[in-house]
Amino acid sequence: MTERTDRGLSPRRKLYDRTLRVLLWGAAGLTCALLAGLVGVILVRGLPHVTWEMLTSEESVLKGVIGILPNIISTLALVAGTLVIVLPLGVCAAIYLTEYARNRRLVELIEFATETLTGIPSILFGLVGMLFFTQLLGWKSSLRAGVMTLVIMILPTIVRTTQESLKTVPQSYREAALGLGSGKWHMVRTAVLPSAVDGIVTGCILAVGRIVGESAALLYTAGSASVLIGSVGQLLPAAGGNPLVALFLWLKKLYTTGGGSLTVALYMYSMERGKLEVGFAIAAILMLITLLINLLAKTVGKKLRRE
Amino acid sequence: MNEIVSQPQVKKRAPSQPPAAGRRGAREVLERLMHGLFFACGALAVAFVLFISVYLILSGLPAIREIGLWDFLSGREWAPTHQTEPRFGILPFILTSVYGTAGAVAIGVPVGFFTAMFLSKLAPKGVAEVIRTAVDLLAGIPSVVYGLIGMTVLVPAVRTAFGLASGATLLAAVVVLSVMILPSIISVAETALNAVPKEYEEASLALGATRTETWFRVSAPAASSGVATAVVLGIGRAMGEAMAIMMVAGNVANMPGLFRSVRFLTTAIASEMSYAAVGSLQRNALYSIALVLFLFIMLINVILNGFLKKKKEGGRT
Repeated sequence: MTERTDRGLSPRRKLYDRTLRVLLWGAAGLTCALLAGLVGVILVRGLPHVTWEMLTSEESVLKGVIGILPNIISTLALVAGTLVIVLPLGVCAAIYLTEYARNRRLVELIEFATETLTGIPSILFGLVGMLFFTQLLGWKSSLRAGVMTLVIMILPTIVRTTQESLKTVPQSYREAALGLGSGKWHMVRTAVLPSAVDGIVTGCILAVGRIVGESAALLYTAGSASVLIGSVGQLLPAAGGNPLVALFLWLKKLYTTGGGSLTVALYMYSMERGKLEVGFAIAAILMLITLLINLLAKTVGKKLRRE
Repeated sequence: MNEIVSQPQVKKRAPSQPPAAGRRGAREVLERLMHGLFFACGALAVAFVLFISVYLILSGLPAIREIGLWDFLSGREWAPTHQTEPRFGILPFILTSVYGTAGAVAIGVPVGFFTAMFLSKLAPKGVAEVIRTAVDLLAGIPSVVYGLIGMTVLVPAVRTAFGLASGATLLAAVVVLSVMILPSIISVAETALNAVPKEYEEASLALGATRTETWFRVSAPAASSGVATAVVLGIGRAMGEAMAIMMVAGNVANMPGLFRSVRFLTTAIASEMSYAAVGSLQRNALYSIALVLFLFIMLINVILNGFLKKKKEGGRT
């Protein structure tokens, strides 16, 4: 094909063509090489240090054990807590924007606000979270302060992805529902939301990815502690033997105590304490989580497109 | 075909149909209630932005008032814990952030643009799919992981390559930042290049231009506002990154130089926050740095919005 287009070209144009083609392949190759190099280094240097003991214990200087279980629990708690709060908020906001809002000005204002929130660096979220939640409300460094900070940060992601998928719901569904005499809310609940579920799920996956990868917003809100808070069973006596009350007490304890996420632990181990091998082990775990999340998002996205 | 599809829907929905008569009042109330709820959630995003802006301004102003705006912005020395004469000049941080961002854009934009062009025009389908996956993955890697790699691979490499005492320099930070902004530049620029009408390219080819000439002299200018959006987005990302460059830039409050250890606006906030005493001028000055960073980001956002709006208007006409 190149021969055909090359024929009869002046040497200058031929050179232009060749150079740019080389540059195009080069840039794409560089991008791939970067990724391959990054993933390679992390996995090769990190995976050998990932041990079962590390994943299932907390750090103990006495026993000479390094464990990241508290950080894993903190990360999971942050993800769960944030999604529980942000998901209803974000989905409802998106419903308002696509289904209810009549005033164009208002829609533009809200969309400008979500755009702005997306652009604000996470360190600023962390700072405001620290000032407001940990100091003004007196929550100290705790997972709930981290969760609330993340809620503000993640909201635009959920709103945007939900909005996109609501927009793909055919107008005829809405007309059919309304034509059958359903009210607006009934129409949203029975006709619009079920067809938009895939998009909402994609938004959730993206949000999980962002939360797991976040560090700057968490360092001064959720803190960097890595201590286990004990099991639900230990709280049974205090709860009078009622397992549900014990679970509630445990959750309360979990979210009012500070805890460093995996990313914060990575930072602490490799920067503040110079334990690079632990840093790499955590990096390898984070890398595997990222791979998994990307894979999930892709499968769900593909399913969405097929429909 | 239509009937077959619509019939089961009718059947499915019929039982859950709310009874029209009798409970109309209750239904009305529910509708109102849900409308109010959805509106409240939508308004929340606006409330959050207002909350953050007001908070940053309120907490940032006291220190600026105490130090003096001009001294604060143009002071070349940052020594907040000095015993007798503490200095609060953040010019080094501002310049470092500006230079670092410019450097990252200078490297990241060409590579990103060429990769996007490759994906959009030249790449065979399979290859493009592989690269797109790679780009998505790059975007998902946590910033501390970039920092760790930078710290253990890039920093020593910079040290040996240039014979420095320490490799933790602005140069290392620029390289890390340029890799970090690459994914968003690629995906935004590719979307813009894909949106160029086929007719433009076909017309150019029919006039005897080669494919590369068409891509770079017809498609690229036609997609320029999208590419500009990608650049501004990259600037915003680079400006706001904190943890990764904290691990590679050396974190010393020097005036910027390619081979010097430097401190960015973001890392200035992050690095002293843990030990600056609450209520001290040092801590308040950190809030003021945050305010300066926030203003920079807002400026970038306004520019970005301008581009997006222009694109929308361009699309309509």
